[in-house]
Amino acid sequence: MPGAPRTLFEKVWQAHEVAGESAATPAVLYVDLHLVHEVTSPQAFALLRDRGLPVRRPGLTLATMDHSTPTRTEQIFGGAPIAIESAARQIKELERNCAEFGVELLGLRSDQRGIVHVIGPDLGITQPGKTIVCGDSHTSTHGAVGALAFGIGTTEVAHVLATQCLLQRKPRTLAVEVEGTLRGGVTAKDLILAIIGRLGVGGGTGHVIEYRGGTVRNLDMDERMTVCNMSIEAGARAGMIAPDETTFAYLAGRPRAPRGADWERAVSAWRELPGDAGARFDRELRLDASAIEPMITWGTNPGMVVPVTGSIPLAGSDAVLARALDYMGLEGGAPIKDQPVNVVFLGSCTNARISDLRSAARVLRGRHIARGLTMLVVPGSQQIKRQAEAEGLDRVFLEAGAEWRESGCSMCLGMNGDTVARGEYAVSTSNRNFEGRQGAGARTLLASPLTAAATAVRGRVTDPRELM
Amino acid sequence: MQPFTRLTSRSVVLPATNIDTDQIIPARFLTTTTREGLGAHLFADWRYDERGAARPDFVLNRAASAGCRILVAGRNFGCGSSREHAPWALLDYGVRAVVSTGIADIFRNNALKNGLVPVIVDEPTGEWLLAHPGAELTLDLAAATLTLPDGTRVPFPIEPFAQHCLLNGVDELGYLLTRTPEIEAYERRA
Ligand code: SF4
Repeated sequence: MPGAPRTLFEKVWQAHEVAGESAATPAVLYVDLHLVHEVTSPQAFALLRDRGLPVRRPGLTLATMDHSTPTRTEQIFGGAPIAIESAARQIKELERNCAEFGVELLGLRSDQRGIVHVIGPDLGITQPGKTIVCGDSHTSTHGAVGALAFGIGTTEVAHVLATQCLLQRKPRTLAVEVEGTLRGGVTAKDLILAIIGRLGVGGGTGHVIEYRGGTVRNLDMDERMTVCNMSIEAGARAGMIAPDETTFAYLAGRPRAPRGADWERAVSAWRELPGDAGARFDRELRLDASAIEPMITWGTNPGMVVPVTGSIPLAGSDAVLARALDYMGLEGGAPIKDQPVNVVFLGSCTNARISDLRSAARVLRGRHIARGLTMLVVPGSQQIKRQAEAEGLDRVFLEAGAEWRESGCSMCLGMNGDTVARGEYAVSTSNRNFEGRQGAGARTLLASPLTAAATAVRGRVTDPRELM
Repeated sequence: MQPFTRLTSRSVVLPATNIDTDQIIPARFLTTTTREGLGAHLFADWRYDERGAARPDFVLNRAASAGCRILVAGRNFGCGSSREHAPWALLDYGVRAVVSTGIADIFRNNALKNGLVPVIVDEPTGEWLLAHPGAELTLDLAAATLTLPDGTRVPFPIEPFAQHCLLNGVDELGYLLTRTPEIEAYERRA
């Protein structure tokens, strides 16, 4: 007897229940892959040390360094000291913890190092049907391959290190159905910004989003990762996309993907993952992709977003909007286009994969960034950096006047010294425009790599279609 | 973790909605390897100006806020990053409960695991609380109620297991370790 039709999420969840939930206790959920980085792990390892506990499954745990890690080549490879002393200590601490607990570390000089959410898919260790967690909210990125992936806090990092499990209540499900063709110059970043604009920054709280529909099926894997990455910006802990031929083609041959007969077996299991016909979601949202324009944020959360051709909203009597406008130094009612910009940041786990670098390079090739503007290009991983260099993209960026850095989180959260100065405007391909996110007093406008590159050329917020 | 049963305190009010964890504790203070001392940086960019001087107009810097252990905030408190440094900073500063009409998922989990009680209230209660800073409130964790100055008891939702752990000082990791036989059985099946 076939059971009730199940969604992708329900299939992955059920396959990982060590014990189901009851009224009194949450489910015990098994974790297939635990990613660890330098900022949210030290206190977790300390807890294990205090209690004399080992890491239960070191082989299912992979560490790297990205958040407070420098992006300047000389500080990684050239023997120059890491500029921020406390960051250097944090990096040392991760090295010590991984050595002591037997956890594999893709360390400072590893050619597989990078932003934790970029290297998982890069290496092919992010796979459909897995449960993946990390002490970082953008773990939702990995859901693009059909994994259930979500961010956890440091206490939970310790739980997973010690038991390979988490105590979890089952979240609700939200289907975001997108149909229609994205117009030229409109990217996956614009799509997810439009979705967040519709849902609001708390709209997905308590839910796992599944992105569905023809538009989503037509996205390549890098684009799907951009979409799932920002699920948390709508409050959802996870975003998922059902695996398909695009997913399998992407994973085939990656360093840590299964091989030979194992690959065949894996793919046939992965084909069972997409939701059954008739499976029900708790909520649904429908969107027409063909109506979406290149999007850009004007305010201090990712839901404060307008088309690049649009106007900054008037605050009226809304204190929240008034405060955001005040922080941003922008005037309600004015067009967002042509707003002068000081910095362009092309990077982060949202938009620093190879296709993002290619699309920005397409705009920048043969052009120069505006006088007085700083542009930082920070690839998502060392693998992507090498790939970009093999394609000559580094030359395009350098000749345009941009800086070309080693991989890491960099200016996305400004922990490693890469920051935007107080009062300055940055158009960034990252995911958060919160007050001070890119540095105390920094003003962030989130946009796609195309919009960021076009803005770099003009020194003002620019509709990328004008330069394509 | 300190167990939690009851708490009576005046409220301190931050009316902003969508207060994200980057505001609660900015990233530049996260290059630490311990949990201690983060209270000094709580809401750093709102509390201090560029030169590090206290901003007199920020609510936490007012004399009336001293000793308040219940923070009332606008909708969707704690959104953004998963940094547990956010509840650590609040607790280190002396806050033991956060009240809002919406609290982000990861922050809520992190708070519960550290003995900071996330209290989600209905819209009218939320509005009343935002409009009455300094109100004396009593939080009863066993009953899962928040008592307003006029005696109204407002129930709030709390995950029963987290409630049990907080009330009895049960350590969740210790509990998870007692499930080891089932974890081993799962690993043999998988
Ligand atoms: S790039 Fe930004 S969002 Fe992504 S993991 Fe790093 S800090 Fe977080």
